[in-house]
Parts: sequence; structure tokens; C-alpha cells
Amino acid sequence: MERAAIIGTGMTKIESAKRTETFADMAWEAVNKALDDAGMTIDDVDNVVTTSNDFWDGRTISCMAVGDASGASHKNVSCVEGDGTFGAFYGLSRALSGSYGTTLVTAHSKGSESISSLITNASFDPIYDRWLGMDMVSASAMQANAYMERTGTTSEQLAMVSVKNHGNAVKNPLSQLPMSISVEDVLGSEMISDPLHKLDCSPVSDACCAIIIANESRVPAYSGCPVWIKGAAFCSDAFFLGDRDLSRAKALTEAAAKAFSMAGITNPSKEIQVAEIYDAFTYQELMWLEEMGLCESGTAGSMLEKGEFDIDGRLPVNPSGGLLGGHPVIAAGLIRIVEIVKQLRKEAGEYQVDAKRGLAHGVNGLCGQSHCVWVLDSEG
Amino acid sequence: MGPGMKNTFDGIEPLVHKSQISVPYHWWAGETASRFFVELRDTKKIMGTRCDGCGKTFVPPRKTCPVCFTENTKWVECGPAGTVTSFTVVRKQQEALHHKVPVIFALVLLDGADTALLHRLDEVSPEDVKIGMKVEASFNETKDANMTAIAYFKPAS
Repeated sequence: MERAAIIGTGMTKIESAKRTETFADMAWEAVNKALDDAGMTIDDVDNVVTTSNDFWDGRTISCMAVGDASGASHKNVSCVEGDGTFGAFYGLSRALSGSYGTTLVTAHSKGSESISSLITNASFDPIYDRWLGMDMVSASAMQANAYMERTGTTSEQLAMVSVKNHGNAVKNPLSQLPMSISVEDVLGSEMISDPLHKLDCSPVSDACCAIIIANESRVPAYSGCPVWIKGAAFCSDAFFLGDRDLSRAKALTEAAAKAFSMAGITNPSKEIQVAEIYDAFTYQELMWLEEMGLCESGTAGSMLEKGEFDIDGRLPVNPSGGLLGGHPVIAAGLIRIVEIVKQLRKEAGEYQVDAKRGLAHGVNGLCGQSHCVWVLDSEG
Repeated sequence: MGPGMKNTFDGIEPLVHKSQISVPYHWWAGETASRFFVELRDTKKIMGTRCDGCGKTFVPPRKTCPVCFTENTKWVECGPAGTVTSFTVVRKQQEALHHKVPVIFALVLLDGADTALLHRLDEVSPEDVKIGMKVEASFNETKDANMTAIAYFKPAS
């Protein structure tokens, strides 16, 4: 594809409840940080894509709540409903379209203001499924059982993901849940929905994140250090859970294969040097790693045990602490992109790893119905 | 936050605007789900739709095949017995639940179907539920044409 780069990023701290800030306040902070980072003013932004969800925001046309604070007034602004990586994909398309040279992409949500069980219950089909009373946690627990049954992955291995990511979060000043915990702590925490304990689940969080994408011709005009987009792809699976083999993520396999192919990657497990992936629940980190081809199916648990995904391991996974360290829905995937940008620019501070090429991953829908995969490189 | 507003929250509780979203809404079930629900209520038969292209039978029934992108024209009876393809036992009383925990949710692949039906298991101890176990539908006497005509699934007799 034609070349484009991420030239600025900004995000708020992830917190359990931002009690003194509105959606617009969060956007104002994230957008201004991204502009400063890129060495731009709002006048240099050609168009804006905001990412939000009306149900989570408690209003219709939720993008309008952050438009003014994102400098979208008098600009072409469009809204994506879904994870931030999908908003960024749209933003990238616009930057490559020839109509816009730069795109500002934002993503926000505040889980603290509603009741996540009721919000996520509303994502089930209203005619056939919603009445049952399931939510994101029970649906994911069902997927965890299917994945563990197929691969033999154990509860202890799931717990080790929690130990690793909460431990990584200790080094990330923007994370919500830095914790030094043990496998026993995870297995001893409250059982929410078999096989997921409380510490297998990511927390409810508030945050906003922003990035600025520029096509190659505009990159030199600004002082921001570019990180190049080598591949970006998304793919969706069937909506109904019963239509899918829940123990697999076919859409992720396809999205990742396409992103790798765009980036000229033939051996992803060797060529990807750091990954920030969507660990909304512990099992997801292992399952997504396998299904995106970063390790063989059914082997992620044992590789984790060997320390291969540790911050100093062969392939550091979620060195920032991941979603287990803080999970602002919608913003979470965009934050994965920002974390990879930080790593490739050597700006990750205490959780810096040695990497020139990284992968960021976002998910939308129950049990990973849709996946968006980004391959980023420090060199053009 | 601008520098001039820095001390707004010193010594006071941040203000909260409390509200509630309660918007009545009704969804027309459409012809496919309507036929499915009426059959379920009146004859206790669980009907699926079959795709002529790939031969897949969908339960709950869908008007179109998502794989072939064609219209499903055949109706076939499935179940009432089937196999659990996955499940979870909810232990914490979440707001969306309508029953007291533990609540067992399961995907049930009915005999004759190619997609699994999402439902609840009962008359079984949570510890005894396994992927691969055989279950059967337990029907409700109801005047309502909807999914509650199946009360739950229980271990097959």
C-alpha cells in the first residue's frame, strides 16, 4: 500500500473512575497531547475520526460529545462505532485517499458511569438471545471453556497471564491496576463465571486515546517522530455465538494473515518483536496469540510458562500491562497502537523492550467477533 | 483542565448528574422467527432453516445463509435432544441475570442442526456439566410465542 505513518499519540491515564472529567475533558487532554507530540496545531489536522459507542456513553450520536474538544468543528468528522483500532483503520483509509493528508483519530469511553453487565447484555440479539441474561463476562467464560477443552490450556496458565500483565503494569504510570500478584492470588480470587476468576477479568475503566496519522507526503512537515504503518487489516466472523467454533478465531487468523502479507512478513513468530494484544480476559491473550499465528495452536500456555512472553522474553506480549492493567472499552485497541508506537520510538520508559517491529490488535463484538491487526515499524 | 480551573474540586465532592435511560422498544420478530416461535409454542417442535447451497441447518433459524449469501428456503425439525458444545456456570450475581446464581448457560447443538442454540441448563448440578454431554429441551406451557417456550435444557433421559 501507499505509505502512511503515525506521527503523534496522546492518552489520558486509565482510571477506575474519572470523577472530575467529562468525555470532552478526556478528549481535550488526549488530543492536545497528540498534537504536541506531532508538533502540530489543530489547523494542521485535515479531518477527524472519533470512535465511541452510544450505549456505553448513555446518549445517541455519542461522537458529538467529543467533536468540539477534538477540534472537529468546521472539519470533516466521522464516527466509528466499535474498537479504536477500527476507527484508526478508517482514519488510515482517509489519510491514504488523496483527499486528506492527516487524520486525527480519537477513542473514548467511561465504564464507570454505567453497569457493564446490562450494557453488554444489550449486544445480544434482542429476539433470540438477549432474554437469557448473558453478558460479556459469561459469553467470554463460555469461550474460555471451549478454548481450554480444545487445547488443554489450564487455569494455572490463564492465571500466569494475569500475573505477568498486572506485573508489567507496575512499570506503566498510565495503567490502572499495577499489581504484584501470584498464580495463587488469581486462582483464589472470586469465581465470576467458570472458569474465569475476578483476576482473570480486565477491570472497568475510563480513558481517552488519540493518534494522528499522516500520509508520507505530509510526514516531513512536522517534528513528530514517525512510526510507519506496514500492514493493517480487519475481518469479521458470524454474529451468533452458536454459528462459530468458539474455540477458534477465524476472523483473527484471516486479519492477521492479511496484515502480515501487506507488511511482507512470512514468519510472524520470528519477525514480530513486540505485541500489544486484546487481553480483556486472561485466556484471550493465549488464544489470540495462537490464532494470529504468533505461535502454534495450543502452545501459548506452555510458552508463557517458559517466560517467552515476558517483558524480557523472546516475544514480549503486553509489556504495558495490557487490558488487564486497564480496559477502557473502545479506547483499548487504540491504546494498543499507542503502546507499540512508544516501544518503537524507545519512549516506553521502564517497560521498554528492544524492538523495531511490533503488532497491535483490537477486538470488537462478543467473543472476538471482529479483529483488527496492525503491523508497525520504526523504519519506513 | 486549564490552569485557571485547577482548584475547582479542592475540598468538595465532584458533582454527579444522575439519570436513567429507559426507552420502551419493540422489535418485530419478522417472518422467520415468528414461524419458529409459533411452532415452538403450539407443537413443541424446534425448527431450523436449511441452506440449499451449503446444506447447513440453522437453529435458531435465519432467513439467509451468512456463508452462501442466499435465502434459506427449507424448514427442518431439529432436536429436541442435542449436545453441549460449550457452557459456563455464572457464580456472581450479575445485573443482567434473571435467575439466582449459579446459572448455567450453554451452547446446544441440536440433533440435525449445524449451528448451536444458546440457552440455559437446569435439573443438573453445575459440577456435572461437561462439554459433549447429551441434553434435551424441557418445554414450558406458555401463551407467549417466544424463546421461553423452551424453559431450559436438561440431561437427556
